[in-house]
Amino acid sequence: MEKKLGVFICWCGSNIAGSVDVDLAVAEAEKLDGVVHAENYMYMCSDPGQQKVKDIISEKGLEGVVVACCSPRMHENTFRKAASSVGLNSYLLEIANIREQCSWVHQNNKPLATAKAVSIIEGTLDKVKENLPLETITIDLTKRVCVVGGGIAGIMSALDLANAGYDVAIVEREPAIGGHMAQISQTFPYFHNIPELLQKKIDEVSAHPHIKLYVNSEVDVLDGYVGNFNVTIKTQPAFVDPAKCTACGKCLEVCPVSVADEFNRGLSQRAAIFCYNKTEGAKIPVLGQNDCLHFVNSETDDNDKCKACVDVCPENAIDLGAIRNLNEEFVGAIVMATGYDLYSPEQMPEYGAGNIPDVIDALAFERLLDPSGPTQGQILRPSDGQVPKKVVFIQCVGSRDPERHKAYCSRACCMYTAKQARLYRQQVEDGTAYVSYMDIRSDSRDFEEFVQAGMEEENLVYIRGRVAKVIQEDGFLRVFTSDTLSSRQIVIEADLVVLAMAMEPKAGIRELSKKMNVTIDGDAFLSETHIKLYPVESSTKGVYLAGCGQSPKDITDTVSQALATAGKIQTMFSNETLIADPLIAEVLDDVCSGCGICIDICPYGARIMNDFTRISDVNQAVCQGCGACMAACPNKACELINSTSRQFIRMIGDFAGKAGAV
Amino acid sequence: MKTVISRSQVKGDFVNKVAEISGENFFDCYQCGNCSAGCPSVDEMDLLPSQVVRYLQLGLEEEVKNCKSMWVCAACMMCHARCPKGVDISKIMESLRVLRLREVGAEAHIDVTDFSEEYLARAPQIAMISGYRKFLPL
Repeated sequence: MEKKLGVFICWCGSNIAGSVDVDLAVAEAEKLDGVVHAENYMYMCSDPGQQKVKDIISEKGLEGVVVACCSPRMHENTFRKAASSVGLNSYLLEIANIREQCSWVHQNNKPLATAKAVSIIEGTLDKVKENLPLETITIDLTKRVCVVGGGIAGIMSALDLANAGYDVAIVEREPAIGGHMAQISQTFPYFHNIPELLQKKIDEVSAHPHIKLYVNSEVDVLDGYVGNFNVTIKTQPAFVDPAKCTACGKCLEVCPVSVADEFNRGLSQRAAIFCYNKTEGAKIPVLGQNDCLHFVNSETDDNDKCKACVDVCPENAIDLGAIRNLNEEFVGAIVMATGYDLYSPEQMPEYGAGNIPDVIDALAFERLLDPSGPTQGQILRPSDGQVPKKVVFIQCVGSRDPERHKAYCSRACCMYTAKQARLYRQQVEDGTAYVSYMDIRSDSRDFEEFVQAGMEEENLVYIRGRVAKVIQEDGFLRVFTSDTLSSRQIVIEADLVVLAMAMEPKAGIRELSKKMNVTIDGDAFLSETHIKLYPVESSTKGVYLAGCGQSPKDITDTVSQALATAGKIQTMFSNETLIADPLIAEVLDDVCSGCGICIDICPYGARIMNDFTRISDVNQAVCQGCGACMAACPNKACELINSTSRQFIRMIGDFAGKAGAV
Repeated sequence: MKTVISRSQVKGDFVNKVAEISGENFFDCYQCGNCSAGCPSVDEMDLLPSQVVRYLQLGLEEEVKNCKSMWVCAACMMCHARCPKGVDISKIMESLRVLRLREVGAEAHIDVTDFSEEYLARAPQIAMISGYRKFLPL
């Protein structure tokens, strides 16, 4: 049975009417098959314009509508809402784009533009003829969240969500939360005391009834889809029972192992059983399986293996036979707050990092500034424990070097270098701080003032030029650089060199991104859906991004992004169920041969082989209607609902056959 | 001293020739100064290697043409090895020399009589040949 169709052509002021003869288009549209009404109006999207559409739908009992106007991205929703308000299923209304795809690109040829507009309208009418009335799909929603990463990004989004009343599980790979922020002593631009700020937040997390903390843990497997994720969390064995341990510290003293302490960036040594850092949450020691002699010498007879810590523990809190745990969390949303690592200084042999002990990276310098750090906050050079009198801070190390390292700017280094140099000058009054820079990027509130104050009040010497090499010679570190502003080659004889290394995504992010089904960019940073409008959404629905895993940023920006993520998730959780667009793939059961090509090709993991029927099903909640399976299916067993191949072939016929006939 | 910069200069014949002969795009250079920081011959140069590239970016033909630096450059390629943007300055220096040496009435930039007999006796042949190639008109 033929549908009764209506055509509404918009002038869009002169945007369309200037190059399309809208009266002629109406006359031509009226002649088309099934059209019972056609008209034009100056602004169809205006209130009176929409009213016209509504009135005619009711009056003439239209069963399909084409609005010929701007791109569907602009007003498809507007007109579909109008249609459904008068009882026409919104999927029976289609937009014919005669502005972006016609009038704007054919401004000098009115007859041809008109002909093209008519053929676009005709093609769209043919699509509407076969459109089915559809209802939106409803998906269950589990209002719980899993936060991957317990740095400041993870902490802040978890706290916001938990305070809103939702259960949150934080998965942290290290033995304690706090992330890199716990390694840093003070903030820019106001010299806030970080341990104090951070400890408050860590305490809030630990005491929160809605937050469950998984430390020493990683995501093992992720199943499911938006609203219904199933996260399997793998936790390293807890050799020390926190219920029994009194944090007496005896085990730390008897352990015969001594290795470089990663938290202190190798500036101090630790035993194989150790407290990860000085935060309250890390009072209970952890045992590093890779360092512990008991596990390293696995060949030795059980009785001869080292058990020094077990024997000394007065509370019998240590059990070297503990095994790792697997836990499952059912959640509706996931926050990827995976953070960063500093690019390894050993990638810069010309700066001597790794060979010269007094060439250190910026996080190591932060450890020197920390009152609870390896030097109790005294800036002492690692080689001989002396106070360095000349310090060179080198910016952009590994950053902004597309030829050999990272092409991007790591964003935070200009500011933390200024902060470190200022803190150095405040502590060592007769010391000189040189900063080698290419550009100073101080693009936030009070940042520029902060850098300027460093030059004016603390006499930081900024030298514009990239350092070529650092060598150890005659008891000095000779830093070879240039000052491009005075056109001179410059050599500085320094006592300590601090490298502001590039930030790179956390190790293991490639494997994790595959598990979580989120895309990463060429540098392995997690990709957002849209840099401007969807900045915290990942490529997978229900998985959100926060912090340096997405791109390098400072604490201010990280926290803003973490809170944005929490806000996004709360918006999602404000509904009882999720609603999805029904314009998705469907399978013709009797045509599908179960070859599985669509399963490999689907970028969203929406196609699943039905083990019982041996045909490939569509997961309605996950499918985004991209059409990849439709194109790939060798049997033409996949179709997109309301965008079937039959509809498209008819539309192409209309465009190809009739254009220019008017 | 004011310098007037025009589009015809920035994209002028001279600059285009240097770009063509060297095969280098000197607009890749973002003037970090790493080349000048590590160049072993800077002491004898009037313009730093990074300055030569900067002058080319601005199309300052006379300054570049008459600089001493191109003759001092030993093509050790330390600058290229460290350049974060992959600009090969030794190729740019070579193309500047070639352009000078191709000019009508170009002068020789080496005089064999300046070298002592004793030096000539122990100088490797290949060094003399490349010296002539580098410093004498074609």
